[in-house]
Amino acid sequence: MKKKWLCSLLVVMLLAFTLAACGGGEDKDADSDAGADTDQVAADGDVSGKTFAIVAKNTGNPYADKENQGFEDAIAEAGATSIVRAPEQPTAEGQIQIIEELIAQGVDSLTIVGNDVDALQPVLEKAMDAGISVSSADSGVNPDSRQVFVNQAGTTEIGVALTDAVLDLTGGEGQFAILSATSQATNQNAWIDAIKELLESDSKYANLELVKTAYGDDLRDKSVSETEALLQSYPDLKVIVAPTTVGIAAAGKVFTDKNLAGKVELTGLGLPSEMAEYIDNGVCKYMFLWNPIDVGYLAGQTAIALASGTITGAAGDQFSAGRLGDYEVVSAADGGTEVILGAPFKFDTSNIAEWKSVY
Amino acid sequence: MLMLFTANTGVKKKKKRSYREFGMLLILVVLCIIFAVLNHRFVSAENLLDMFRNTAILGILSVGMMVVILTGGIDLSVGAVVALTGMISAMLVRDHPGIPVVVALLVAMLVGAVCGMINGLLVAKGRIIPIIATLGMMNAYRGLTFIISDSAWVSAHEMPTGYKALATGGIGPMSNLVIICVVVMAVFYYFLTYTKSGRSIYAIGSNAEVVHITGIRKDRILILAYTILGLLAGLAGMLWVSKFASAQPDTATGYEMNVIAACVLGGVSIAGGSGKMQGLILGVLLLGIMENALPLVHVSPFWQSFIRGMIILIAIIVNVLIKRRSTAQILKRREI
Repeated sequence: MKKKWLCSLLVVMLLAFTLAACGGGEDKDADSDAGADTDQVAADGDVSGKTFAIVAKNTGNPYADKENQGFEDAIAEAGATSIVRAPEQPTAEGQIQIIEELIAQGVDSLTIVGNDVDALQPVLEKAMDAGISVSSADSGVNPDSRQVFVNQAGTTEIGVALTDAVLDLTGGEGQFAILSATSQATNQNAWIDAIKELLESDSKYANLELVKTAYGDDLRDKSVSETEALLQSYPDLKVIVAPTTVGIAAAGKVFTDKNLAGKVELTGLGLPSEMAEYIDNGVCKYMFLWNPIDVGYLAGQTAIALASGTITGAAGDQFSAGRLGDYEVVSAADGGTEVILGAPFKFDTSNIAEWKSVY
Repeated sequence: MLMLFTANTGVKKKKKRSYREFGMLLILVVLCIIFAVLNHRFVSAENLLDMFRNTAILGILSVGMMVVILTGGIDLSVGAVVALTGMISAMLVRDHPGIPVVVALLVAMLVGAVCGMINGLLVAKGRIIPIIATLGMMNAYRGLTFIISDSAWVSAHEMPTGYKALATGGIGPMSNLVIICVVVMAVFYYFLTYTKSGRSIYAIGSNAEVVHITGIRKDRILILAYTILGLLAGLAGMLWVSKFASAQPDTATGYEMNVIAACVLGGVSIAGGSGKMQGLILGVLLLGIMENALPLVHVSPFWQSFIRGMIILIAIIVNVLIKRRSTAQILKRREI
C-alpha cells in the first residue's frame, strides 16, 4: 500500500512539474515574438542601435584575445555596440552563467565559442527563445543550440593550401610524406583525403608522389620515431607535411637536430608559438593555420547578418562580410549549417615574430 | 642477516644467471635480424644512434620502476611526474632564462623526489595498496601540471639554447641522454647488488613478514624506493622537455605502461623480490627497437600495433619458459 501511495504522489508531482514547465515555455514564446518584431524593424541592415556579445572560452587566452579583437572590429564597422565576455576557467558552467546575464541584459546577438558541444544547449535555446540571434564560432556547439556556425577550417581549402605548399617546396616534382596525428583523427583524415583527391584529379600535381602517411598519434616520442623512420626509409624524400601541431613541431625538432634545413622541407599546420623556433632557423619555410582575427571578424559579420535579418542561418543564405568579401551559408557535417572562413593563413619569417606570443 | 639475502638472491644463482637472460637476448638478436632484412636501413649507424637516444629516457624511468616493483609495489604516477617536473623546469627557464641548466635539472629532480616521497609515505605509512595510492597521485600530479601551467605549453623559442643543448649534445656520436642513462644504470646496478639498502629492497619484495623479524626498517626502505623513482622521474622529465623542446601538460600520458612493460619484459617479477639490471636493459632495448623499427617496416599502423603486441607476448612466453627451466635446475641442485 505504501508503495502505491508513493507512486501516485510521484506521478502527481511529475504532472505538476510538466504543467509548470509548459507554462514557462508559453511565456518565453511571447518574449520571442516581441524580439522578432524588433528584428523586422531593422531588417534593412542597419544594426547601429544593437548590442552584439561574444562569449570566449576563457580569460587570459591570447588566441581568444585576437579573435575578440576581430569581432569587435566587425561590430565597430557597423556602428553597433559589442560586449566581450569570458569565464575565468574554460568551462561550460562559467559560460552558462555569463549567457544568463547577457539574456537578462537584453543583448540582440550572441556569438559563442563553446567550451562544450552539448552542455550549453538549454541556455542557448533560452536565448533564441528570447529573440536573441545565436551563432557559434571557432569551437562549435550542437546544431540545436545555434543558427549558424562560423568554421575556421574549410577541408578543401586546407587540402589545396598544403598540396600547393608541397608543389612549391619540391619544385614541382618528387617524393613527399605525410606525418599525421592518430589514424582515427577526423580532421586530419579529412585533410589527407583532400590532398589525395587533389593529387589524382589535378594534373599540375602529377609529378608529386605521396610515399607514405605515417601516424605520430600526436605524441612527441612517437612523432619523432616516425619522422626518423621516414627519413631513413626514403632517402630521396623532399617534403614532410604534418597537418598537426605536435607532429610538425616534433619533425621540426628532428630536422633541427639532424641539420636538415635546405635538404628536406617541412610544412603543415601548426601553432605559431610551437613553430617559431623552426621557422626562424630555416627548417620550416612556412606553415599554415587560421588567423584568429579573421575568425573573429567573420563571426562578427555573421552575427550582424543574422541580427539584421539578411540571413536566417539556412543553407544557401548569402551575405557580405566586409573586408573578407561575400560568404554563403552551407550545410555542416553535424547536420546544422556553417560559414567557412576560407584558405588558412600562412606563417613565415615575415610574421612569425608577431604571432608566436599570440597562440 | 644481510648474508642471508645475498645468499638467497645472488650467489647461489650466479652460475645460472647467464641462462636466465638468455631467452630475451635470443629474441632480441632474432628480431634485429628480421628487421635488418626487412629494411637494411635499420642497422645503419645513424638509425642505431637515434634508437639509443630515443630509448634513453625509457631506460632511466625503468630503472626507478624496477626498484619500486622489487619491493612488491608499483607506481602509476610516473608519467604524470615526468610531465609535472618537465613543466616546472621549462617554466623556470622560460621565466628566468639566465639560470644555469644544472639548477633547472636539480629543481626538477627535487620536485620529482618529493612527489615520489609522497607516494612512498602513502604506501608505507598510510598502508594504501600501491596501485591505488599511485593511481590517485597520478591524477593529482597531472591536475597540478595543468594548474601551474594554466594549460599552456612552453615552446622551443621560449627555452634558452643551453637548456635544449643538454639533450642534443653529447660526447662524440654518443648523446648525453644515452650517457646519463648508462650512468644511472651503473649506479643502480651497484646500489641494488652491493649495498645494504639495495639488498633490503629485494628482501622486502621476497618476504615482507620475515623482513619484519630481521629488523629491516621496511617503511623506510619503501619510502626510499618510491623516492628513488620520483628522483629519476624528475631527471627524465627535464630530459624529456629538453629533448623535444616543448613542455605540454599532457606530456607522457600513459607512459607508465611502457615503463612497466619494459620491467616485465626484462624479467622483473611483478610480485616483487626478483629482477636484475641485465634483464631490465634487454627489456628496455626490446621496446626501444620495436619503437624504432616498426615504423621502418612497411606495414599499416594497425598491423604495427598487432605485431608489437605479438612480439611482447612471445617474448614473455619464451622468457617464462626458459626461466622456469633454469629455476627447476637450481632447485634440483639445491636438493643434492
